[in-house]
Amino acid sequence: MNWKTFYALLSRDGHVARRNLIPMLLQNLLQPLLFTFIFGRVMTTSGIMPASYKNMLLPGIMAISMVMSGVWAVAMPLISEFQFTREIEDRLLAPIEIGWLAVQKVVTGMIQALIAGLVVLPAAWLVMGAGISLSLGHLLEMLLIAVLVALFSAAGGLALGCSIGQTQVGLMFSLVLAPMMMFGCAYYPWQALDPFPVLKYAVLVNPLVYASEGLRGALVPAVPHIDTFLVIAALAAIDFSLLYLGLKKFHSKALS
Amino acid sequence: MGVGIRTEHLRKVYDTPPPAAARGGFGFATSPGKKDKDKPKKKFEVVALDDVSFEIRPGEVFGLLGPNGAGKSTTIGILTTRTQPTAGRAFLGEIDIWREPVKAKRLIGVVPQRPNLDFALTAREILVFHGAYFGQSAKERERKADELLEKFKLTDRAAHMVRTFSGGMMQRLSIARAMMHDPEVLFLDEPSAGLDPQTRLLLWETIRDYNRSGKTIVLTTHYMDEADSLCERLVIIDHGKIIAQGTPKQLKQSIPGGYLLRLRFNHTPEDLLGALRLLPGVTEVRSNDGAGADIYAGSGGPLIGPIVNAAQTSGIEVLDVHISEPSLETLFLHHTGRSLRD
Repeated sequence: MNWKTFYALLSRDGHVARRNLIPMLLQNLLQPLLFTFIFGRVMTTSGIMPASYKNMLLPGIMAISMVMSGVWAVAMPLISEFQFTREIEDRLLAPIEIGWLAVQKVVTGMIQALIAGLVVLPAAWLVMGAGISLSLGHLLEMLLIAVLVALFSAAGGLALGCSIGQTQVGLMFSLVLAPMMMFGCAYYPWQALDPFPVLKYAVLVNPLVYASEGLRGALVPAVPHIDTFLVIAALAAIDFSLLYLGLKKFHSKALS
Repeated sequence: MGVGIRTEHLRKVYDTPPPAAARGGFGFATSPGKKDKDKPKKKFEVVALDDVSFEIRPGEVFGLLGPNGAGKSTTIGILTTRTQPTAGRAFLGEIDIWREPVKAKRLIGVVPQRPNLDFALTAREILVFHGAYFGQSAKERERKADELLEKFKLTDRAAHMVRTFSGGMMQRLSIARAMMHDPEVLFLDEPSAGLDPQTRLLLWETIRDYNRSGKTIVLTTHYMDEADSLCERLVIIDHGKIIAQGTPKQLKQSIPGGYLLRLRFNHTPEDLLGALRLLPGVTEVRSNDGAGADIYAGSGGPLIGPIVNAAQTSGIEVLDVHISEPSLETLFLHHTGRSLRD
């Protein structure tokens, strides 16, 4: 392992991300914040939704923003860099094992996902206005879950980015990301699926469920949520499998 | 001085269509895999390299010559850690490239066939980050980047994003990038494809210049004159196999007779071919598609008269005559029956 090269690769991604900071934030955060405004402010203030919905929604919005940021941050550059132009080639020729380049991509994605979480939490809080009661008593727990969520989103981005071509990006959104967001228990707690027993257990394959429920347990423990210990175990297992899959795909994509 | 390269029985079989990287036009036929009675399923298989062994001496300019799809880029891919060989080994100095790819990567610089510059960066950033990947200090990489930008006449575009660059500028920047970490071996895959003649000469000069500092140069080309004027030694590859190797001079001397006369008749009966074989100085006559003949001989022009006479005696009309002086083109033709550009 060559730390100098690893750090240089990381700085390159940091440099590019800083250059695209505003479009990147808009792309990842505008949609969740608009959703927050309509459902967390307009609907609750007008009485269509109960005020308590705000507390339930906030962790879900944070989870979605983190996951989307992490996935996009890794998948989109990879998809374009592995295309016809093979832009990634100069980094594949850098004096470091190919696997570490993939790990570096994952670290970049994790950092972006964590930044998205850090930005969206206060922003959504502001957008929703009064009536939010977050608990900061589980800070360590929240940090751990946030890191695990960032890792699965970045590793998932790696696997996706190495599996699809540029022409399939639209399909990736409608077939993978959109259902993941809708069935990810971000906008409602898992318990709300009680009347749909099949769906309730089917959604457990969706990693976003654990992200939403885990952050809910850490930020608003009073709202019903999946047991935090189970969430952490599931997230760790998902992280491990997605990272394994992503590294494997990266390897076969990088070498011919 | 310099680092040499050795390959032992390299073989590469693609079982999926090779990705876009090297692999400009592919001239291979796909062959179905083993026929199995129980499994009639056809397997995709392309043999890109077959038992390729050669040695490149430290500090020499070495060329891989062959038509599109011959396996040149696959060979470069294997030597630059980008294409995994199916069998065989490749050494860079004492380093087994596929056992210790990271060590190998430190010693090589690669100029790809198609520019693969980092589109998210400016020209200067591309060089500076490249230096950083190779562990150069901030001061060192800034200095080196400025020096190379100057050398390749890119200083005034240094702060521009490379997606706005012309093909020639991208090519120059690719070479600058490959030289940024001062590699012992510089690989150039079809470096002069698509360049105008002036830029081409400039490129040759740059290559010779880099070679003079004791570095090894490996280049692929399908331009015979490029191989001829630039390379100290060459291998000629076709269909994944080495068909000849040596210095350009040795290779040219190996062609029987040296001169090639390509003739076209309205038809070519066997007795005409027999008569042509008896002409003075002719070393070899090959029939060509029933309406022509390739004659290898010690001279060119002086043979025309006797050839026309022989044809007239047999009642055959000569439609076209083309004389080639001894060259790698004729060598390639001699070995493969095809022109380099076919």
